[in-house]
Amino acid sequence: MSELITLTLAEARDGLKAKKFSARELAQAHVDAVEKARALNAYVLETPDHALKQASRSDERLARGEGGPLEGLPLGIKDLFATEGVRTTACSNILRDFIPPYESTVSSQLWRDGAVMLGKLNNDEFAMGSSNETSAFGPVASPWRRPGANTYVENGKIVGEPLVPGGSSGGSAAAVAAHLCLAATATDTGGSIRQPAAFTGTVGIKPTYGRCSRWGVVAFASSLDQAGPIGKTVRDAAIMLRSMAGHDPKDTTSADLPVPDYEAAVGRPVKGMRIGIPKEYRLDGLNPEIDALWEKGVAWLKDAGAEIVEISLPHTKYALPAYYIVAPAECSSNLARYDGVRYGLRVPGKDIVDMYEKTRAAGFGREVKRRVMIGAYVLSAGYYDAYYLRAQKVRTLIKRDFETVFDQGVHAILTPATPSASFGIGEKLKADPVEMYLNDVFTVTVNMAGLPGVAVPAGLDAQGLPLGLQLIGRPFDEETLFSLGAVIERSAGRFPVADRWWEG
Amino acid sequence: MATGRATNPKNLVKGATGDWEIIVGMEIHAQVSSQAKLFSGASTAFGGAPNSHVSLVDAAMPGMLPVINEECVRQAIRTGLGLNAKINLKSIFDRKNYFYPDLPQGYQISQYKNPIVGEGEIVVDVSPTEQITVGVERLHLEQDAGKSLHDQHPTMSLVDLNRSGVALMEIVSRPDLRSAEEARAYVTKLRTILRYLGTCDGDMEKGNLRADVNVSVRRPGEPLGTRCEIKNVNSIRFIGQAVDVEARRQIAILEDGGAIDQETRLYDPAKGETRSMRNKEEAHDYRYFPDPDLLPLEFDDAYVETLRRDLPELPDAKKQRFIAQYGVTPYDGAVLVGERASADFFEEVASGRDGKTAANWVINEFFGRLNKEGKDIDTSPISAAQIGAIIDLLGKQVISGKIAKDLFEIVWTEGGDPAAIVEKRGMTQVTDTGAIEKVIDAVLAANPDKVAEAKAKPTMIGWFVGQVMKSSGGKANPQAVNQLLKAKLGIE
Repeated sequence: MSELITLTLAEARDGLKAKKFSARELAQAHVDAVEKARALNAYVLETPDHALKQASRSDERLARGEGGPLEGLPLGIKDLFATEGVRTTACSNILRDFIPPYESTVSSQLWRDGAVMLGKLNNDEFAMGSSNETSAFGPVASPWRRPGANTYVENGKIVGEPLVPGGSSGGSAAAVAAHLCLAATATDTGGSIRQPAAFTGTVGIKPTYGRCSRWGVVAFASSLDQAGPIGKTVRDAAIMLRSMAGHDPKDTTSADLPVPDYEAAVGRPVKGMRIGIPKEYRLDGLNPEIDALWEKGVAWLKDAGAEIVEISLPHTKYALPAYYIVAPAECSSNLARYDGVRYGLRVPGKDIVDMYEKTRAAGFGREVKRRVMIGAYVLSAGYYDAYYLRAQKVRTLIKRDFETVFDQGVHAILTPATPSASFGIGEKLKADPVEMYLNDVFTVTVNMAGLPGVAVPAGLDAQGLPLGLQLIGRPFDEETLFSLGAVIERSAGRFPVADRWWEG
Repeated sequence: MATGRATNPKNLVKGATGDWEIIVGMEIHAQVSSQAKLFSGASTAFGGAPNSHVSLVDAAMPGMLPVINEECVRQAIRTGLGLNAKINLKSIFDRKNYFYPDLPQGYQISQYKNPIVGEGEIVVDVSPTEQITVGVERLHLEQDAGKSLHDQHPTMSLVDLNRSGVALMEIVSRPDLRSAEEARAYVTKLRTILRYLGTCDGDMEKGNLRADVNVSVRRPGEPLGTRCEIKNVNSIRFIGQAVDVEARRQIAILEDGGAIDQETRLYDPAKGETRSMRNKEEAHDYRYFPDPDLLPLEFDDAYVETLRRDLPELPDAKKQRFIAQYGVTPYDGAVLVGERASADFFEEVASGRDGKTAANWVINEFFGRLNKEGKDIDTSPISAAQIGAIIDLLGKQVISGKIAKDLFEIVWTEGGDPAAIVEKRGMTQVTDTGAIEKVIDAVLAANPDKVAEAKAKPTMIGWFVGQVMKSSGGKANPQAVNQLLKAKLGIE
């Protein structure tokens, strides 16, 4: 039944309704695929028993003609979402054995709607990274290979030049692209949904800040973190978001707005919509392939009847530096709770301070430590005004840039999703960390402004690796992004991985 | 900072080299009266088993988020209104970052730059006849920490998070206090106001009201000196002692040509001294920044006005009303409004009766007796209605003042309806002149020598009044006795 795993979420949903196969068969096919794909390291915890049990219950409900919108559909959950009774680590050693006694709001809504959990997905430690290489469980390999490179699996290990799937939601993107789940949850603080989606030929949407509850999601930077889905298609992402979104009284930053039927927006005409092309995104030295792809995107939308306008977002160039002040500042405070006192790793010390130091030294990886230290620095007395306060001012200006453009009647903005296609594991790890940070150059502004952004696969580069385009929308207007994203998807086609080489 | 108060010579402290003025400012941490904590639904009940009132939020589990408890906001606004303070319609919660085992989040959620309540003032009764006005700089909401227990395990310290996340109001005064007496009076008055409002029970024994006392000294008229902060003083008496002890310490250093180090100190009541808390305390940098998990706290004027309308009558207003409405003295007024329960008790007694008499009875007989027996109004065996009935019997001259006191005693120990007791036990005052005359005649007949003396020295009449009252068992009407005696002795 391995063809079941190549179905889209929507197709699988319809197939289950039509009783073409059972939820149990669907789950089993995925469980088998997950098992055979361990070389990719996309899952840090497999929960096959859990999945099959849930699937059996789904079958009972489907047999009775009941069932929610995601009934019987197997999903992967990023390890940042707390899952009750199921180990949740944020892929950090400091939470290596942590089993939460609670379920995140987002994941509980998925179970409410009938979804099935296959396991927990790898990510950069505490979501800090753009390549999934900072995970305490080791890097995730992209299911994509450079066609020329001799990359293969031997004795369960990848040999050759594996590529990164992007990050921080690298496990989510890799699992969706490799058909190891129908769709996955992910989170995005600076691009952590959109960049890995672009690297793996999948669709990822970061909804408006406040659209999904952050309750039960391990925090990285509270004012930027937002949950969202990664799916095989625009429609799949829309189906997922409808279940994930919604107001939660336990998260006061979540928006008390009704959740639209996002799927209905897929295929809706975009004729007459004004699409902004920000001139500031034409960076010096921008990869000509990316530029060409962007032009294609413009043409596709124009063909669909949209009006293309050049716009200006003058403070764009300050977004990345400001982001790398705000996000570390918040993370330095958010991660203070991992102190070895109540849960998680504890390394004994001669006194409490020694215990703190040893625990955090052993529990956090290099990138997390770097950001905690940067964060503590920019918040400290004497530097607060120069760094944190200025960064917040920049943030206000960035928001204003977007407001101005939207006030001029622009419905959405089209940009590249990433400055390049995927790169090799280890390739950028030794380099200046700033080079890694530059991956987020097109995505961080969206988090800084709290806007929704979707990455849609749009083509392959010269090496044959996927590239994506990004659409940025008005606050809480994810529907427009799904409509426009569907146009790009229809025009560009889909980009499934050619073969399952990782199965050895 | 210069303050508006002129130097009062009575507050000056004599040093070896001249006079000194003590300057005191206070930070009061008052636990908000609320069922649940500031950002979680866990109970605030006192005395639970360790870690029995701890939610996932209080324990700072991964992914947990604070949600503001509106009742705590309401209480903070009401307190602000009670302190005649500016209510800020928009305030911001900040994180104060530091590591401590009883601080699960690794930061305390507090309000740093934009507190919910701004400047206000409190009229403090230093004595029933001396009032001073003390400035309030601000009031902000913040989380309490948990408690480290160092005596439960041979090698480890344990942590109890029951208090973790309980709402506190930090009320910061201006450095407007000038003596230990004023410092005590300030806390007393603030506590009275909080209790009237029902926003904090003021129970210092349970730690529900704690004071950080800032003390400095200066030569009169000179700028403020360097201050020391005496942390967590937990009784009003100790606050007074700490101010005196610390001021003396500082004066001694300065008179020896030394300088005061700005530092945090602890008051040790057993030794009667303050001690530096400088346990190698690294200069703390709290890295304050706005808590991104919480939106700015905003409400409108209409909400504040609703709360203002529903505010109870506060002690200062009540005292003025008692003076005006019941004719009590300012002194008695101050005593009566000290606690809301006393004031309410007094009003029940005074209602429809002579206010001054009611005040005398409530303050002298009733409060005196409560104090003597270590009871309070809640545990009093005598009710306001019973005291009122005694006053009524006295007013209608059914009983004499002496009998009234006996009656109070009977009601206190045995209970019962005062009028019925008087009736049943024959305690009614004798106003029948015939009966009184008989007693007088007997007394006069038995004391011919005293009669002669009284004719020469009319004030001797008092002795006869006493004898007659004694013979009548206190029931004779004293006015009648007086009149009849005067007539019979022939004195005017």
